[in-house]
Amino acid sequence: MASVLLLWLAVCLSGTWAVDKGNFKTCDQSAFCKRQRALKPGESPYRALLETMELTNTRLTLQLINDNNKVRLLLELYRLQGNITRVKINELKPLKPRYEVPDVLIREPPTEPLSLLSQDENGVVLSLGAESQRVIVSARPFRLDIMEGRDVLMSLNSRGLLAFEHLRMQKVEDGMWEESFKSHADSKPSGPSAVSLDFSLPGVEHVYGIPEHADTLRLKTTDNGDPYRLYNLDVFQYELYNPMALYGAVPVMLAHNAQRTTGIFWLNAAETWVDISSNTTVFGKMLDYVQGSSETPQTDVRWISESGIIDVFIMLGPTPKDIFSQYASLTGTQSFPPLSALAYHQCRWNYNDQKDVQEVDAGFDEHDIPYDFIWLDIEHTDGKRYFTWDPHKFASPKEMLQGLVEKKRKMVAIVDPHIKVDSNYKIHNEIRSKGFYIKNKDGGDYEGWCWPGSAGYPDFTRADMRAWWASMFAYDQYEGSMENLYTWNDMNEPSVFNGPEVTMHKDAMHGAWEHRDVHNLYGFYVQMATAEGLIQRSGGVERPFVLTRAFFAGSQRYGAVWTGDNAAEWDHLKISIPMCLSLGLVGISFCGADVGGFFKSPSTELLVRWYQTGAYQPFFRAHAHLDTPRREPWLFGPENTALIREAVRQRYTLLPYWYQQFYQAHQTGEPIMRPLWVEYPQDPATFAIDDEFLIGRDLLVHPVTEEGARGVTAYLPGKDELWFDVHTFQKHNGAQNLYIPVTMSSIPVFQRGGSIIPRKLRVRRSSTCMEHDPYTLYVALNPQRTAEGELYIDDGHTFNYEKKEFILRKLSFTKNILSSVNMAPDAQFSTRSWIERIIILGASKPSKVTLKTAGGQESQVEFEFDASMSVLTLRKPGMNAGVDWSVTLQ
Amino acid sequence: SWQFLLILFVFLKKAVMALTRFFCSSLQERQFYEEGKPFTCLDGSRTIPFDRVNDDYCDCEDGSDEPGTAACPNGSFHCTNAGFRPAFIPSSRINDGICDCCDTTDEYNSGAACQNTCRELGSKEREIMKEMAEIAKEGFLLKQQLIQEAKSGLEEKKAKLAEVQVSKKDLEDKLEALRTVKETAEQPEKEAKERHLKAWEDEKAAIRLEKDKAKMAEVFLELDDDADGFVSVADLLTHSELDPDSDGSFTEAEAQGLLGGVDKVDTAAFESVWNNIKEKYVSESNADIPAPVETPQEETREPVPENDSEQYPEEDIPEEEEDDDEEDEDEDPDDGDYKVSPVRISIRFMKDDHEFLFNLDLHFVCRNLEKEISFDFGPGAEFAYLYGQCYELSTSEYIYRLCPFNRVSQKPKYGGSETNLGSWGKWTGPEDNVYSLMKYEHGTGCWQGPNRSTTVKLTCGKETVVLSTSEPSRCEYLMEFTTPAVCQEPQSLYPDAHDHTEL
Repeated sequence: MASVLLLWLAVCLSGTWAVDKGNFKTCDQSAFCKRQRALKPGESPYRALLETMELTNTRLTLQLINDNNKVRLLLELYRLQGNITRVKINELKPLKPRYEVPDVLIREPPTEPLSLLSQDENGVVLSLGAESQRVIVSARPFRLDIMEGRDVLMSLNSRGLLAFEHLRMQKVEDGMWEESFKSHADSKPSGPSAVSLDFSLPGVEHVYGIPEHADTLRLKTTDNGDPYRLYNLDVFQYELYNPMALYGAVPVMLAHNAQRTTGIFWLNAAETWVDISSNTTVFGKMLDYVQGSSETPQTDVRWISESGIIDVFIMLGPTPKDIFSQYASLTGTQSFPPLSALAYHQCRWNYNDQKDVQEVDAGFDEHDIPYDFIWLDIEHTDGKRYFTWDPHKFASPKEMLQGLVEKKRKMVAIVDPHIKVDSNYKIHNEIRSKGFYIKNKDGGDYEGWCWPGSAGYPDFTRADMRAWWASMFAYDQYEGSMENLYTWNDMNEPSVFNGPEVTMHKDAMHGAWEHRDVHNLYGFYVQMATAEGLIQRSGGVERPFVLTRAFFAGSQRYGAVWTGDNAAEWDHLKISIPMCLSLGLVGISFCGADVGGFFKSPSTELLVRWYQTGAYQPFFRAHAHLDTPRREPWLFGPENTALIREAVRQRYTLLPYWYQQFYQAHQTGEPIMRPLWVEYPQDPATFAIDDEFLIGRDLLVHPVTEEGARGVTAYLPGKDELWFDVHTFQKHNGAQNLYIPVTMSSIPVFQRGGSIIPRKLRVRRSSTCMEHDPYTLYVALNPQRTAEGELYIDDGHTFNYEKKEFILRKLSFTKNILSSVNMAPDAQFSTRSWIERIIILGASKPSKVTLKTAGGQESQVEFEFDASMSVLTLRKPGMNAGVDWSVTLQ
Repeated sequence: SWQFLLILFVFLKKAVMALTRFFCSSLQERQFYEEGKPFTCLDGSRTIPFDRVNDDYCDCEDGSDEPGTAACPNGSFHCTNAGFRPAFIPSSRINDGICDCCDTTDEYNSGAACQNTCRELGSKEREIMKEMAEIAKEGFLLKQQLIQEAKSGLEEKKAKLAEVQVSKKDLEDKLEALRTVKETAEQPEKEAKERHLKAWEDEKAAIRLEKDKAKMAEVFLELDDDADGFVSVADLLTHSELDPDSDGSFTEAEAQGLLGGVDKVDTAAFESVWNNIKEKYVSESNADIPAPVETPQEETREPVPENDSEQYPEEDIPEEEEDDDEEDEDEDPDDGDYKVSPVRISIRFMKDDHEFLFNLDLHFVCRNLEKEISFDFGPGAEFAYLYGQCYELSTSEYIYRLCPFNRVSQKPKYGGSETNLGSWGKWTGPEDNVYSLMKYEHGTGCWQGPNRSTTVKLTCGKETVVLSTSEPSRCEYLMEFTTPAVCQEPQSLYPDAHDHTEL
């Protein structure tokens, strides 16, 4: 959805098409960032008071003192299950409590015993359990080093940048008690309260994560510019390749080298800046050369937050997958969406009325293009009053929704968190009378300007407010809603058109806490409450689907995220890859970008390429700005309609694989769309690749994102791997850069040798229509002539999988026998789907193929063999997809 | 009966169901599915045993072996729909739980509770068709009338044009007198004079062009003896004066050459032909007199000699034309009728600076006539009656106004200024139905967007009405408009109705 009307004017006046950077703060314009950044590396004024150390079974506590001002801090150190160390630093005796982020961790993380290895006047050494991992607490100056054997994995405060602005009684200090930005004053009633800490990562040259930024996958050093900023903002027409803050913030960074992956989770919801520097910049390398030194590469990171405490989780890997599981153990995994949400979504600001919806729906059938969801943006409401419908344009929403039900399709309607101040609006009246609005600094209801005009903002940080909000999605509350209506939360940074940086004043109050403390959590809570509403309305039976623009650590638990208001430009298509990859690394797998680009109108070529790319990204939705010409897939001539149809159909054939990936992500927290280095962590050639990606382990996608491309060069990883072109079945060796000539119909996708991927080739109007359809198994053999994969089946939309109502089968091919074995014997589900075809890539010709089913019956299976491509096709083996079977090639 | 039913037993191995299934292939294809004999895919790519036809596995690349199942991604399924229209649907819609065929045959194994609605739909459709046929019939009659009226109207207008041109002489005298009056009233400013001179030159060129176009249209109609909308080689051959080498023998090849190498040209393509033949062409109506060569200098439409143009301050140059048109419309919606004193001269004196303003209606009458004659009002000029008319539609917020061949506009109901949604552009229907869509373009610009434009979709109706307006895309409007002028001769629109009620 769009951004600020007022800013339209600003852009108009400036006459340029890009973000108006002047609307957003630089580090220099953010008083605490400027103050903190002015501190240079050096000896830390902090000293650990070892005599205050207390070690219990679960934690170590220790006081720190700042020798400059004698203010004492309390350090807490925990060893958490799963190779995680938690370091918490707060004031020992703050004037009033400092904010600690609630609700993001899925539970109080279970601890493991810490033991003291040694202690002297210089510090203590604690064991982190097995693997010879230790924490060394140095006393003077204070620092922490996490070691494994002789290697330092990570050091804290080694550059002396620990800073903790203690709460104090007011006195005048420039920028510390009051500051202003443009015409907005921030009263800063608590004065300075920033926290900062540095982390050194020896041996690390590649760091990732800390979304959301429109930047490369590999994070850049920030020495020559602003730090990466984490502050949820509605940025109008955002610019690419810079560290400016965007709609969401996940304060998690991954560090990787060929030996190890580690992670830092900085649990703080206030405005945060992250500086990255490295000794392997050009200067560092040159120095190495000149001095002939063998200095190890090192990346230094520094986190600065405006308020709250230091609460950091150090995830020690050592593998990328360990990191994902460690992070998931803290904040949870990707929610398991209804299968249909993985299909294609058709959106536009706006489908004008019911007739328009009906015509677009019919257009998809007329042009034989599948889709599952049609979306309604803000214009569907009665005057931007969410939970209502425009009485003229959407006079009978249930009729419209019923029309979609009959096609087995669904709808999403937008519900934003800004509430029109209007005494005739039920939602507003209730929120006001319950006192649920966020308050301004003077205690009145905070009012800002947004789509409906003057609007209030419910305080989603309150559990009672969220419960009430969730109850508003009940069918008898949300008039015109039905089971097939789902929800989209936009503008939940929150966007306040007339607020500082288009968001809320930091001195607005959420109960006792300032907005400053909770800002980055707001969108997280909005989506949480909305998803809860969708669950409750079905009595806890149906899985919700909620899309959000703003997010925080943990948002993966509540639905999908998109990359906000992008533009119809080739660079925006390209950036969709690193943006979603970065989100995936920090747990948010259900990511997509507006296909076609939101602002401006795409060329036909760009639109087609975007469909081809989007078809292979987790959240696949086309969207367009109100002011752009219509761009439903059939409006660009039969040739392009066919290209788009083909891309969407490819998505639908792969839905069984996507669904299985989401099931896995839900179990493990592993990203679905993942960078190559996650699967090939020892291959440095993969470390900076962000123009191609993997879906799960087994599909490698290098979409065409260049205008007028004649070919792309894809890196196929793994020196022992084989990769099969999924369209031609051509076999390629791994560990090579492969040039692939492309035409407008090309979407370079490769299946890894050694994998088995289930597809449904009977593409129908919607994913629900395909529920009972048979599977085709694509078995791609590796050089050892083996392969394995999984097949996951459930009802596609309820929580019954939690009650073990699903099928999970392991498919493996070894010694010329392909078999299906039950991986979840305690689960029960039956399916009508069967196996209609098995395609074995890299096979040799058998003389006979025999199918054996559970009952012991044997039958011959017909087959065809394409010798030129070594493709063996087994014709209609016909067994049910949920039972044991084996197929033997002789 | 023509019905052909093929009975098949579809056995699904391992599946609990062994299902018996009727399926119908279309009349044209039934011959290929002969029970018991090997089946060759319709694309000839391979031959398979007959038991693989409709066995729920796709063997043929063209999908032809599975006309009754969803197995082939590119297959299609034939619904007989007895009582209604037969139809093909993509085979992906077989057994998907959604009733597509009104005879329910597409959902033979999905458990969907489909009702056979063919009879209902059939009778409903026949009713609608009947209604539409009646409308079309009446509309078509009206259209014939319109064509007649347009024909006589055109002649009348041509006559009027001639008349108006004659009366210019008279006008010139009057102007001469006026000039004297004005000269004594004020010395014109030099700058204004030069500006005006230029404008006047441009206008003359435009007039010449329009005149030429009008002439061209006239000639086209003359040449198009069989009134099929095309000028053909045969049509040209009747004009021996057009013989390019004037050797006394005007051959077909030469005529084809003049037509740019094709056998016939439509009005659009005729434009280039016209440039080749206009010097030589002799009108059929006065074939004995050589056609006057187009020399604008000879035209006497110009109200004043060039050297007198200084007398006309720039306010009277044709920028005002549109406004004047509107005024005309407002005052006299029937402005197709020029019988009311076409020559009207108004002279105004500005109060303060005694600037001499001058508005010459005759000029516009002349131009309007020419402009009108030059419009493409359809093959039989059946759309001519729309010219100069306006049709309104009132919605909850706006009044939409369509003035065919002129402009489309939108005015807020409760105050606010009018927005131009586009001026007449062109016919934009598909090749086989060019006169089904009108495009109005270059309306008021949109913020960060295109200029507003409107597509008018014409459908057959007895009345001339704007049915609806919408804005499917920002600043791109769609208007539905009914008129008898697009009615087609109602040739048996539902001829099979009786056949289809059988079974």
